[in-house]
Amino acid sequence: MVTKTGTRTALEVAAQVRDPELPVLTLADLGVLRDVTEEDGRVSVTITPTYSGCPALDEMGADLRRSLLEAGFSSVDVRMSLSPAWTTDWISEDGLRKLREAGIAPPSRLGPREAGPVPLNLVPPSRRVPCPRCGSFRTSELSRFGSTVCKSLRRCADCAEPFEHVKEI
Amino acid sequence: MSFDNAYESLIDHEDTHWAFGTGFSEALAGVDREVPDVDRADLAAYCLMLGDDALILSHRLAEWCSRAPELEEDVALANIALDLLGQSRLLLTRAGEVEGEGRDEDALAFLRDERDFRNVHLAEIECGPFAGGDFATTNARLLVFSAWKIAQYSRLRSSADPVLAAVAAKGLKELAYHRDHAAQWVVRLGDGTDESHRRMRAGLERVWPFLDELFTPHPVELRLAGVAVDPAELRSEVDGVLDAVLSAAGLERPVDVPAARVNGLAGRDGVHTEAFGYLLAEMQHLHRSLPGAKW
Repeated sequence: MVTKTGTRTALEVAAQVRDPELPVLTLADLGVLRDVTEEDGRVSVTITPTYSGCPALDEMGADLRRSLLEAGFSSVDVRMSLSPAWTTDWISEDGLRKLREAGIAPPSRLGPREAGPVPLNLVPPSRRVPCPRCGSFRTSELSRFGSTVCKSLRRCADCAEPFEHVKEI
Repeated sequence: MSFDNAYESLIDHEDTHWAFGTGFSEALAGVDREVPDVDRADLAAYCLMLGDDALILSHRLAEWCSRAPELEEDVALANIALDLLGQSRLLLTRAGEVEGEGRDEDALAFLRDERDFRNVHLAEIECGPFAGGDFATTNARLLVFSAWKIAQYSRLRSSADPVLAAVAAKGLKELAYHRDHAAQWVVRLGDGTDESHRRMRAGLERVWPFLDELFTPHPVELRLAGVAVDPAELRSEVDGVLDAVLSAAGLERPVDVPAARVNGLAGRDGVHTEAFGYLLAEMQHLHRSLPGAKW
């Protein structure tokens, strides 16, 4: 028997679990929590990886399992979904704001993309990424790959601070 | 439960962390894993080919960590290696389950011998940081490899195998970053000083003999119509990308002189270059010395 209250509670608990690498975000903010169902105290949670090699995925599963068991659910089944592939467009508006407040430049929205050829960029794209510290648009990319695979490293020409940017994918 | 910082979540509970062998790591749990109506041995062999390409290049790129010309490149090459490792874990897991003999990703990565690996030679050859190449050579290889993989994965998105289609659709977005990264270095070095130009040209000449193998179909690929991609179809698209990069870099396309095959056989048949045994010794040493090790 499915209890609606139970499902809502399981969803609420799962949605509050934080991302191990970007702890300012919950898994729901990040858009990796794809589905939560509950029946007779048994919860099934579906998550999707951000990148294929994201090392935080196992940790997310362990945190979800532990949080739900501690909330009183009798069993937790964590499943993975690969398709459709995660995109930074799934980060919630709230998530973008939290990133900015933590000094990490959020990704811009990519919108729907066509399944055509992958465009080749021979120079780094001149995406306008405002500095999360001073708001200046005079920023440049230092490295496409930052401390984690989902972030690039940039520098602001006005306040001279380096900062991370969750790159669009 | 939530944590105030990332480190709290790492301590004081039952699971082991951040390595293979954790309780959660069934790489494909919950994914649509229906096996299409093709020969299972062929499908398993094809998944191994793709998984080994990604695994072996991942290992080669990881060798640069702490040895790249600048810190940002240590990080960049390690991140690219991580993407490829993630793709390979999914592909090897799929190979193991389709094969049906109980081998998981670890058994396939760490317990096979040289002749059982199916990666192309381009992924395994020495391109630096050790003898036989340098940073320019590594970028030449990464450019060719990722341009070829993008062409292959673009087509695999419509594979009749749901796992291959999902891995390809996801991996494609990662490979686009890898290809751009390599292409930008090839342009920067080719269009730089006389010395950087000379080394970039030498790097291209080192990897060019291994292009031909990328477009040579293996019988398994040809038998898996609708599931696999015929690599011969990829050549013109890849050539177009490489020519665009070389032209922007002021570099000439090296002469195509394919590397020799052994009785017509190469990486897809399990025939590898001399460097490969050393690579496997390094990659498999820990797991074979301490079977089932976790950390």
